Amino acid sequence: MRELNGVIAACPPSGIRRFFDIAAEMDDVISLGVGEPDFVTPWRVREAGIYALEHGYTTYTSNAGLPALRRLICADLAQRYGAHYAWDGECLITTGVSEGLDLALRVLLNPGDEVIVPEPCYVAYEPCVRFAGGIPVRVATSWEDDFAVHPAAVAAAVTARTKAVLIGSPANPTGAVQPRASLEALMALAEEHDLYLVSDEIYDRLTYTGAHTCLGALPGARERTVVLGGFSKAHAMTGWRVGWICAPARIAELCVRVHQYTMLCAPHVSQIAAVEALEHAEGDVTAMVADYDRRRRVFVKGLRELGLECPEPAGAFYAFPSIRRSGLDSQTFAERLLHEQRVAVVPGDVFGPSGDGHVRCSYATALPLLEEAVERIGRFLATVA
Amino acid sequence: MRVILELLERDAHLSHNTIATMTGLPVEQVAAQVAAWEASGVIRRYTAVVDWDRASADGDDTVTAFIDVSVAPARGVGFDDVALRISRFPEVRSVYLVSGGHDLRCTVTGDGLRAVSDFVAQKLSTIDRVQATATHFVLKAYKRGGVAFVDTEPDHRLPVTP
Repeated sequence: MRELNGVIAACPPSGIRRFFDIAAEMDDVISLGVGEPDFVTPWRVREAGIYALEHGYTTYTSNAGLPALRRLICADLAQRYGAHYAWDGECLITTGVSEGLDLALRVLLNPGDEVIVPEPCYVAYEPCVRFAGGIPVRVATSWEDDFAVHPAAVAAAVTARTKAVLIGSPANPTGAVQPRASLEALMALAEEHDLYLVSDEIYDRLTYTGAHTCLGALPGARERTVVLGGFSKAHAMTGWRVGWICAPARIAELCVRVHQYTMLCAPHVSQIAAVEALEHAEGDVTAMVADYDRRRRVFVKGLRELGLECPEPAGAFYAFPSIRRSGLDSQTFAERLLHEQRVAVVPGDVFGPSGDGHVRCSYATALPLLEEAVERIGRFLATVA
Repeated sequence: MRVILELLERDAHLSHNTIATMTGLPVEQVAAQVAAWEASGVIRRYTAVVDWDRASADGDDTVTAFIDVSVAPARGVGFDDVALRISRFPEVRSVYLVSGGHDLRCTVTGDGLRAVSDFVAQKLSTIDRVQATATHFVLKAYKRGGVAFVDTEPDHRLPVTP
């Protein structure tokens, strides 16, 4: 048989998958390995989806998505962050941020272009860069300074082939939120070297210690920035697959071009539900965010009381404690914890080499389970330390 | 401070320690505040939200009824004296002054239909200035106190996801 696509064949499967297979076979597992809310989509939003089905909204929408939804998204970005995009021409609805990321990279990159990716980062960043013909260039960050992206480190990675920087804040898996000053320095660097910035802001609403900075709102950022967002996390709508891209017209237009041939449009029902989410679910969002924050405080305190060093997770719903004191590497720690105490966490190195020595724990889990998980982790540590 | 009340209203079992961690307040302050509320009557008591339909599967046949009461108001007291008088009966779980066709809306519980209807006929209707009552027996409770009495939705999430 003729060989298949070399780039795709060379891309390893996600390291998360292996843990899923093990955990799925076991009983009585407390899973802190889930990268999605434990809330079901707010009822008013589900109800809007049901209404849409009942009334036959089962067709395509325009390629860019429902005008009502794009208007709401652009108004929300302007009002919340001071980021201004024209709903008609600078905003398109995608099937989740995953598609948005793929579109943005395909539109920005030519074969061989380098994309700087601070890590540890979301597992899809590097593969998506490769699938778009680019070459990911890792820049390490460290838990000692809250995984801040240092412009000097990014600058050191810039070459003549560097085309873009891909950044996620608040971040999966670290929960880190990049301070505004870091982002401004990054922006200055991008201007100096004529780079694009791809900003994954899917966790924008889930910040606990300060306000989120939308990269598209920074001075000078607009023309070289692609902002990605969606409804999966804050509105607990992961399975609906609905997100968006906001970018200057010359980029957005090409994103729509790829989208119209590959995806056609995001699901109609999901877009209608998303309209309801933006119009009427703000109370649900703030209640869920407040709940995450309470669990975050209890869980992080519990981990620290076990003697695990845990950087303050300022956003998303992950804690990323250091497991150095166990003397184990991330993979061994996660595997043994799962087998011996039935707690599923994700080894930090699947998110990049700087993640080794850490595990990702999602606190999107009911409080009693979190407390039980901390106890089990404590029992596990007692056997290894 | 209001957040402490909201947390307790949802789960009265939360310890002062946990509330302190959740809110970032010192535990002494949480304890003092809760004690002050208990003393001043802001916190009246800690209860469980019971799904009596499920309990009745174990042989309990508690019946609940909403009773709408029309009252002739009196100079100086309005409806207050009658409402207070009704609220003193232990069978009466709640009493509200409401707008609409009637004046007071009460919730009454008893061991069976007969007990509740006897109470309405002999105790409620006979109070001075009570002009009429309308009794609505509860056939099934779907939600009370912010708690839905349906089976919780199962967690459909996969155990490990990106």
